Amino acid sequence: MNAGISLAIAIRVVRQLRRDPRTIILLLVIPALLEALMYWVFDANEAVFQRIGVPLLGIFPLVMMFLVSSITMLRERSSGTLERLMTLPVSRLDLLAGYAIAFTAVAALQVLVASAVSFWLLGLESHGSVAAIIALAMLNAVLGVALGLFVSAFARTEFQAVQFMPIFIMPQIIVCGLFTPRGAMAPALDWLSNIFPMSYSYEALSLVAAGNSGELTLFRDILVVIAFAVVALAAGAATLPRRTP
Amino acid sequence: MNQSPAPAVSISGLRVVRGSNIVIPGLDLALPGGIITGLLGPSGCGKSTLMRAIVGVQRITAGEVTVLGDHAGSPQLRTRVGYVTQAPSVYRDLSVAENLEFFRRVLGASRESVARAMAAVSLDAYKGRTAGDLSGGQFARVSLAAALIGDAELLVLDEPTVGLDPILRQELWRLFHQLSDSGTTLIVSSHVMDEASHCDELVLMRDGRVIAHEPPGRLLARTGAKDIDDAFVSLVESDMAVAK
Repeated sequence: MNAGISLAIAIRVVRQLRRDPRTIILLLVIPALLEALMYWVFDANEAVFQRIGVPLLGIFPLVMMFLVSSITMLRERSSGTLERLMTLPVSRLDLLAGYAIAFTAVAALQVLVASAVSFWLLGLESHGSVAAIIALAMLNAVLGVALGLFVSAFARTEFQAVQFMPIFIMPQIIVCGLFTPRGAMAPALDWLSNIFPMSYSYEALSLVAAGNSGELTLFRDILVVIAFAVVALAAGAATLPRRTP
Repeated sequence: MNQSPAPAVSISGLRVVRGSNIVIPGLDLALPGGIITGLLGPSGCGKSTLMRAIVGVQRITAGEVTVLGDHAGSPQLRTRVGYVTQAPSVYRDLSVAENLEFFRRVLGASRESVARAMAAVSLDAYKGRTAGDLSGGQFARVSLAAALIGDAELLVLDEPTVGLDPILRQELWRLFHQLSDSGTTLIVSSHVMDEASHCDELVLMRDGRVIAHEPPGRLLARTGAKDIDDAFVSLVESDMAVAK
């Protein structure tokens, strides 16, 4: 692995994003607007906003980085640039690290904007540290990038890549505990939620928001999220053979 | 012909099968260094597959491909071999300068080599332009420039002149000769037979096989053909007669 090459790839990916103002708005402004929408939707029942506001700050980076990294990698695969990179001194690890660095940095900006709006303007409250929430959000971004890079191998077109949102991401949002506690769901759904990484992301974020930073469950959740990210990155590396048919 | 003793590329028993399709049934070839070898043949004859095998991104069924003394695709070759894919492979959403800067960083090459590459393909005036907004020919030249960064010893160029106007094609061939004169080995594919006269040696391919490998002048003399197109046809005819 070569840090200089990873950094070159990260800079290139950020430059590509910067060339597309709509994507910039999607990544930096939309999460804050969605938090505001949630605040407004639950204005008669503020407790709900207080329960899900913080976890959403960390779920947005997961979902959005999944989307943009899967499409960016798909473009790399289909435009021939991936084949060219494979003839250059770029290892698969350099490539994955470059993507992870770029999108995690963007996720940091995203969560800063969304947090500033939520905590200062919308009156969202956290019993745990905001720094811990931001750190968890960035970890979720890494998970999103890892999953996105992996699924990009199974799409031929950008249209197919976007289809992973309703197929793979929406079910996780629905059963992760955001709408109703996982323990209160039918046993089959509770079991299903156990195999989805977002359930652990959600639980970790809500534990921090409730001020339970010392709990063992939190550390277990963080480890599970890291494990999912590492496995997805390794699986993603396996989908990047240097030699193709 | 007395070329340098060790060939730049040597291939033995190369076989490539894609699904049920035998792209290259079994190919032996030795390409000398320091010259321009033209790889000619109709589209679908296996030129691109052969080039991909030389740069080490083709999954091969059998055989051995040695490039500059190393196994094709080995890590130590990745700064020594430059490759231009048939479809231009640079980033459409970046400017010309940003594209070349990226490849410079990946190769660890000097800034001067970027300036040289940009000048070599006459793209100086367009360096701030987004690559995707350029014309097809300009876009292809960005892809070529990216391969010139880092002064590779071997350049593998898959149809670099396709879609270019005659003036630009002349300019590019002049560039290829300059590179060759300074010691670079070039393998250039084309399906346009009249580009053959620019090459020091020709490899004529059909159905994944090499049907001729010699300098263009000797090929014409041997077949008594008036041009390379004719020579190709007469070779294919005698090839089919042998097969019967």
